Amino acid sequence: MSLEEHLDDSELPERLREKVRATAEERSLSDEEAVEVADAVYERYEQTRIDPLEPVGTVSAQSIGEPGTQMTMNTFHYAGVAEIDVTQGLPRLIELVDARKEPDTPMMTVYLEDEYAGDRDKAREVVWELEATDVLSIGDLSIDVADMQVAVDLDEEALEERQLSREEVAESIEEELDVSVDEESMSFGPDSPSYRELLQLVEELREVVFKGIDGVERVVIRKEEVEDGDEEYVLYTEGSKFKKALKVEGVDSTRTKTNNLHEMQKALGIEAARNTVVEEIVSTLGEQGLEVDIRHVMLVADAMTTTGDLQSIGRHGISGSKGSVLSRAAFEVTVNHLLDAAVHGEDDDLNGVTENVIVGQPIKIGTGDVELKVGRPGGD
Amino acid sequence: MARYDVLDHELVPEHVVLDDDEVEELLERYDIKKTDLPKIGRLDAAVKELDAEPGDVLKIVRESWTTDEAIAYRIVVDE
Repeated sequence: MSLEEHLDDSELPERLREKVRATAEERSLSDEEAVEVADAVYERYEQTRIDPLEPVGTVSAQSIGEPGTQMTMNTFHYAGVAEIDVTQGLPRLIELVDARKEPDTPMMTVYLEDEYAGDRDKAREVVWELEATDVLSIGDLSIDVADMQVAVDLDEEALEERQLSREEVAESIEEELDVSVDEESMSFGPDSPSYRELLQLVEELREVVFKGIDGVERVVIRKEEVEDGDEEYVLYTEGSKFKKALKVEGVDSTRTKTNNLHEMQKALGIEAARNTVVEEIVSTLGEQGLEVDIRHVMLVADAMTTTGDLQSIGRHGISGSKGSVLSRAAFEVTVNHLLDAAVHGEDDDLNGVTENVIVGQPIKIGTGDVELKVGRPGGD
Repeated sequence: MARYDVLDHELVPEHVVLDDDEVEELLERYDIKKTDLPKIGRLDAAVKELDAEPGDVLKIVRESWTTDEAIAYRIVVDE
């Protein structure tokens, strides 16, 4: 029997088949030898599979928890990629499993479409479309208290770089602040001469975003190597507005990522969020030099996303919705839980581990969940 | 501003709506009820592209980290 026929009959997953084929090729094995290798691989594969009734969740919790104790407690805000501060270590891991609405340091990795990725000037254009431009980056402010006027001394160079015209700037100010702007001197003032209103205008002016996306504070360009030795420009942003960024001209909307799970879910759906959970956890652990089998991380990600929405691990999320009275009572505020359960006449089916430990029964895990039936000889 | 295509993104796996026979076969194979399946919201970004109704079952072909592809199923629900 040839190796191919043998593999077709076996239940080996494709990735292992590939490896068997490659090894057979490399060592130029005969058909019989190759089949023997395939059988040995299959045997080993069978041994490594999870046994029925194995408490995989507990194993995952331990496997992620133990290396977690070795992680840095402090938020070392050191330059992760390209001088952008990214929360790392334990705080980041906690943030991920808590499914926090907004991470401490939101960040996007923006890939560019082909014609932008190789050209620094084109990449710059995209940067200006992303990075929020405030008034201080295109000019200086001066306040004339005597005439009750605020004037913006525009920096022509900065304007040109960002492809902004004086008219556009004036228009933005008029729209946002509801004042009329003298385009010649770029100055304006409150309707009625009031010192308080003048200062109010200045405050508001600082908030106006003339170009780019509000919330994307800083963008860094970095040249990165692509697989075949080519190079491309990649943008890293401080602050994340994923949905808006995906729509920007020149942004490759098939590869661009964010580290904000909720933005990911809103823009690309729960499956993309699941993938992001796995990738973020693996890279957070990896950066600390910890290697956790990806299967444990995948289980966590699956648990967090089964309801179709992101749920946190822990009291407020998955474990908080436990059905058993005894298990909830064993955790916190025992008397209240028991009292409430008594008042409402709740049942406990004793399915979980904690409940069964409390009442002194075998727990329904592993061999504890196997029930034997006496068979008659010759019977079924 | 350009529109982006959700299903084109590399983090979004392939979503396929199963027909009735396939759903039947799936439930039989695992001996489960439809409601035992993991859920996905009707307004999920990827579901919106498919025009699937609540009650439909989606087959999701994930690119797996451990094998070449892993198939998962989710039932579309009202959020």
